[in-house]
Amino acid sequence: MTQEQAKVPHPARWGVLYRSSGPLWDSAKERNLKMQRCASCQNWLMPPRPMCPNCQSMESEWVAVSGEGTICSWVTYAEAPHPAFDSPHTVVLVDLAEGPRVISNVVGIDADELEVGLPVRVVYEDADDVLTLFKFERSA
Amino acid sequence: MNSIKDTVAIVGVATTEFSEDSGRTEYSMACEVIKAAADDAGVPLEDIDGMVKDVVDGIDAMYVQKALGMETLTYSSDSHWGTSPLINAVTALAAGICSHVVYYRSANNGSGKRAGSDFRAAKETKDESLDLIRYDLHHPFGLMGPAGSAGIGIRRYLRDYGVGAEQVGWVPVVCSEHGSNNPHAAFRNAPLTIEDYLASELVVDPLRRLDIAPEVDGAIAIVLSRAELAADLAKQPVYVGAVAMGSGTNGEHYSSYSRDDIAGLPEMELMAAELYRVAGVGPDDIHVAQLDDRYAPYVPMQIEALGFCGKGEGGAFCEGGDNLRVGGRLAINTGGGFLSEGFSHGVNVIEAVHQIRGTSTNQLDGVELAMVATGAGGPADGVILHS
Repeated sequence: MTQEQAKVPHPARWGVLYRSSGPLWDSAKERNLKMQRCASCQNWLMPPRPMCPNCQSMESEWVAVSGEGTICSWVTYAEAPHPAFDSPHTVVLVDLAEGPRVISNVVGIDADELEVGLPVRVVYEDADDVLTLFKFERSA
Repeated sequence: MNSIKDTVAIVGVATTEFSEDSGRTEYSMACEVIKAAADDAGVPLEDIDGMVKDVVDGIDAMYVQKALGMETLTYSSDSHWGTSPLINAVTALAAGICSHVVYYRSANNGSGKRAGSDFRAAKETKDESLDLIRYDLHHPFGLMGPAGSAGIGIRRYLRDYGVGAEQVGWVPVVCSEHGSNNPHAAFRNAPLTIEDYLASELVVDPLRRLDIAPEVDGAIAIVLSRAELAADLAKQPVYVGAVAMGSGTNGEHYSSYSRDDIAGLPEMELMAAELYRVAGVGPDDIHVAQLDDRYAPYVPMQIEALGFCGKGEGGAFCEGGDNLRVGGRLAINTGGGFLSEGFSHGVNVIEAVHQIRGTSTNQLDGVELAMVATGAGGPADGVILHS
């Protein structure tokens, strides 16, 4: 399968509605990344969930984050696990400045340049008309 | 508090052949292995009144029960991954619900659904409930399969504690040495050397090919009985000193990224504390353990979490292999581990039973206590067995 034929996998493609994280993906599409936060105790809820594990409040809000962060960890697949991705394929875990951690990819940074604590900032990439991905590039 | 300590014994064990392609159904293997375990125990099938398995098996217990001609069960359950069904078996026996319970696992994971294929499986089944986080938040970025998910935390362990490949590599080396003596090990080869390991390809960096236990086809069964019934059966009873699980805050299967510290196995620490409390023993009393070597770096992480050395000292503990070999401080995976026997939960419990019976192909002298741990990187479960 070529890169053009393979689409980035996401549940939305199977006609399955993603539930808890809908606003996250909507915010990426709007290029204004938001994370879920407990409306009662301001605990970040990542991954998104219906209840705050800290105070059991079911009230939450979606709050825009700065998009600044640092690299927390990463893996590099010698062979990409899906035809939508090039090989080798690197996946990163990013510590957002506000606290939550997200899985993502980096843009313009080679795997051998990655280090824990490397400062990054968000960039947006339309995978297609369904999905906009939030990725990270080197900052400063 | 009431205790399950010594209320239950493992009385029979069996495995089918393990291979990369069984050429037969999980249904067929399940029936064969349960009959063999009952025969090993000397328990008539009709006396078995409980049946437990894990949720990922292909074959429903109801069909297995019918095929085996087991007329009545008073207890049946599916538990989560790993050897956690054992806790259900012990619970049912200790509570007096059952007299004899069989735990089985039958899976064509080598030739069929591989652990790395969760996305394809989910796509086919349209089952988002299986693990919504992976499909929704990880797959769009190409984080797929457990090796990738696990590798994120493993990288931080290796980096934060300065644990190197020349230390971790002794885990696959020692497992291959043990596996080379075990005719049952599906991936039995000439023992590896540390040079083989260091030359092994980084398939999901930081994990090398030789870090990753291969999936297999095969089935295992274990018959457990109430302790007062166990003494009169065919084999030496192997008593359950403790069985426990551990599930930690913000835990996920391999991807517990929301925790402050992603470089440890807190579920294993929780499980171990409970095992030691119930069994009334500590790490100093244990000299043989079957650890979860699905990914080799999980072994030094477990050795730390189970209290055999201090935090960050697991790499040094493994280096050179002598601590891990038969006769060392903690002989591990004496059947070859998942790395040599093939990845199938439960097979490591059977090797622990062999050590206490004195029938291992890498037998230690005078084993009175043996520990089993599985579920590294997720909800953990384990057992302490004794003679």
